[in-house]
Amino acid sequence: MTKLASPEKKTFGAKFKELASNQIFIPVAALLLLVLFNLIADPGFFKITLGQNSNGDPVLSGYLITILNNASELVILAIGMTLVTAASGGQDISVGANIAIAGSVILRILCGNQGARPETMQAPIIVAFLAACAVSMLFGAFNGTLVAYFKIQPMVATLILFTAGRSIAAWINNNQLPIISDASFGYFGNFIPGIPVPTPVFIAIACVIVIMLVLKFTTLGLLTQSVGINSHSSRLNGIDPAFVKFITYVILGLCVAVAGLIKVSRISSINYSVIAKDIEMDAILAVALGGNALSGGKFNMWGSILGAYVIQFLTTTLYKFNVASDALPAYKAVVVILLVVMSAPVVREKMGKAMKSAASKKTAKEAK
Amino acid sequence: MAPKIAVKDGRLAKRGGMSDTNLLLTITIVVFLLMYVLAVVVLGAGFRKPQAFFNILNENAALIILSCGMSIVMITGGIDISVGTLTALVCMSCAVHLDYKGGSVFTALLIALGIGVAFGLVQGFLVAYLDIQPFIVSLAGMFFAKGMTTIVNSTQFNVAHEGFQALKAIRVYVPGMGSINKRGIYVPAYVEPGVVIAILVVILLFVLLKWGKLGRSFYAVGGNAASANMLGINVKKTKFLAHLLCSTLAGIGGFVYFMHVGSGSPSHAAGAEMNAIASSIIGGTMLTGGVGNVVGTFFGVLSLNTIKNIVASLGLDEAWWTNITVAAMICLFLVIQSVVLMRKNEKK
Repeated sequence: MTKLASPEKKTFGAKFKELASNQIFIPVAALLLLVLFNLIADPGFFKITLGQNSNGDPVLSGYLITILNNASELVILAIGMTLVTAASGGQDISVGANIAIAGSVILRILCGNQGARPETMQAPIIVAFLAACAVSMLFGAFNGTLVAYFKIQPMVATLILFTAGRSIAAWINNNQLPIISDASFGYFGNFIPGIPVPTPVFIAIACVIVIMLVLKFTTLGLLTQSVGINSHSSRLNGIDPAFVKFITYVILGLCVAVAGLIKVSRISSINYSVIAKDIEMDAILAVALGGNALSGGKFNMWGSILGAYVIQFLTTTLYKFNVASDALPAYKAVVVILLVVMSAPVVREKMGKAMKSAASKKTAKEAK
Repeated sequence: MAPKIAVKDGRLAKRGGMSDTNLLLTITIVVFLLMYVLAVVVLGAGFRKPQAFFNILNENAALIILSCGMSIVMITGGIDISVGTLTALVCMSCAVHLDYKGGSVFTALLIALGIGVAFGLVQGFLVAYLDIQPFIVSLAGMFFAKGMTTIVNSTQFNVAHEGFQALKAIRVYVPGMGSINKRGIYVPAYVEPGVVIAILVVILLFVLLKWGKLGRSFYAVGGNAASANMLGINVKKTKFLAHLLCSTLAGIGGFVYFMHVGSGSPSHAAGAEMNAIASSIIGGTMLTGGVGNVVGTFFGVLSLNTIKNIVASLGLDEAWWTNITVAAMICLFLVIQSVVLMRKNEKK
């Protein structure tokens, strides 16, 4: 019966099926849907204009630029979160709080002993950043130790820093709100004079390139996946699963430090209770939207990165349509549920079956 | 060889001492008692009155109910992070219903239950029958409830409804626990009605988990879903019911919270889901499923808030100390649990 179906149709169907079963399909489809929706609703969404900011430097502005700019931290976090998810089968919910710590460390070092409003920076930015990296990796190592060596579930282990992180951040700066007036500190979160594209975009791209190179030329990807799929058999193959898990948390710590630098640089200051609030949820969502199983194992880094951009695209679209920022989560939830339901294996299987039976009916009719 | 394998799964086999559930429960209760005694000895005055203890209950009746629901979901191996914002949604809806729409207390209670059941049905269906990760489902539920709260009403306001005020003012006096104040007048000890509800919930759930068929299947599904399936337990239905129960309890807890604070606000019960998870963990429930107890959870809530009170009365009331101590305590409990279980498994 199936032989009667024309070969062209069959290959198209097969191709579509292959495409739909590809992991990257869901984020790409979601992105396309959002783009399409915006195209129909208001083509002006995609307009990019070259203007000047208050300093007279050329800057690009437009919703697309906003999306690329604001998604940067999320993309960077999604990279680390993907590795953590793949290796340990759990998520780190302390990233938001850890960003607060990293940002606080940077500001503390830049302020030195000059109080909260230094006239000049008391240390080079690179020193402050490296210190933040060290601190973040240390906290990452703390999470990693609990997860890998004490075998505590990741969400629970990171609950500790989730609870304490913002308090520690406030404590580092004695609960003051430092402000850095030096313009060069703002370069990392805003624009470098003369370059019209926001700096965070470049930082995010750099991070993506670095992780892709690392995945290509080292065994990190292979090791995390094998530990995530079956840590016992990985051990029989000579891999130390605990160490692999541990190292993914340290890498996430590094990502957190970079995101923290961007966050504090954006406003040249910090608000301990608001900075990077709920970003852990978005980061986990990015990983899930990318089609990665939250229970660990195989992962697709491009999926997570795309997922992060999709989330920011969605947020910006909702803002554009004047959704109040407080009500935003409700709409986001509906979209998330729709996406997740569509990508659920059970639903996909049923849809696949329905399509198949419809197709076979069609071919049966044609055969008659 | 065969008996060794049978004992290896400590959750089902009783051989080789206490089950994991009872072991962790014992640790929790002992630590709580030690901590409370420490508080009484070191801090004296404030903690010596029974009312100090009852105040912890009054403040946390809603959290106890939320945490019990959370424990059940955790026992089946899931998680529900929507309960905190669900509480805020219930408070806001009830407040708006009472003050702006002229509703009665009874219909407000129905609304609270309705919201809880509705969330439970949807989340349970998505988790159990569509096989979506509970974290993602309840994350969406959390976002949804958060957004809906501000859509219902975006500002905080106190409820002036008379019937509700009467309900809110009800006090249940505990005989023989009162104390004599500075003027020599006897002040009876009291609890709020919410506490009675919370304790009833704990007892009912304890009975259900200990002897109920459903309760036993919660443990079986959380311990090992595949073997539960082979035992003839409907795994999907069990998971569905666990989530339904959790969200319904969140609805009840929301109403209890509402009775305690008497206002609606988008920032109500912020972070309650994390407190509920922390209480469950301190109470010896494990996120991996199959191990846990609502009595432990009850003591978990008390422990968590005793330590908060200790920190506050030590004069370290700068905001950060409370959080840092709570985190340190969670850390301590986790490490104790992990070490104890690891040693126990090694012995076998």
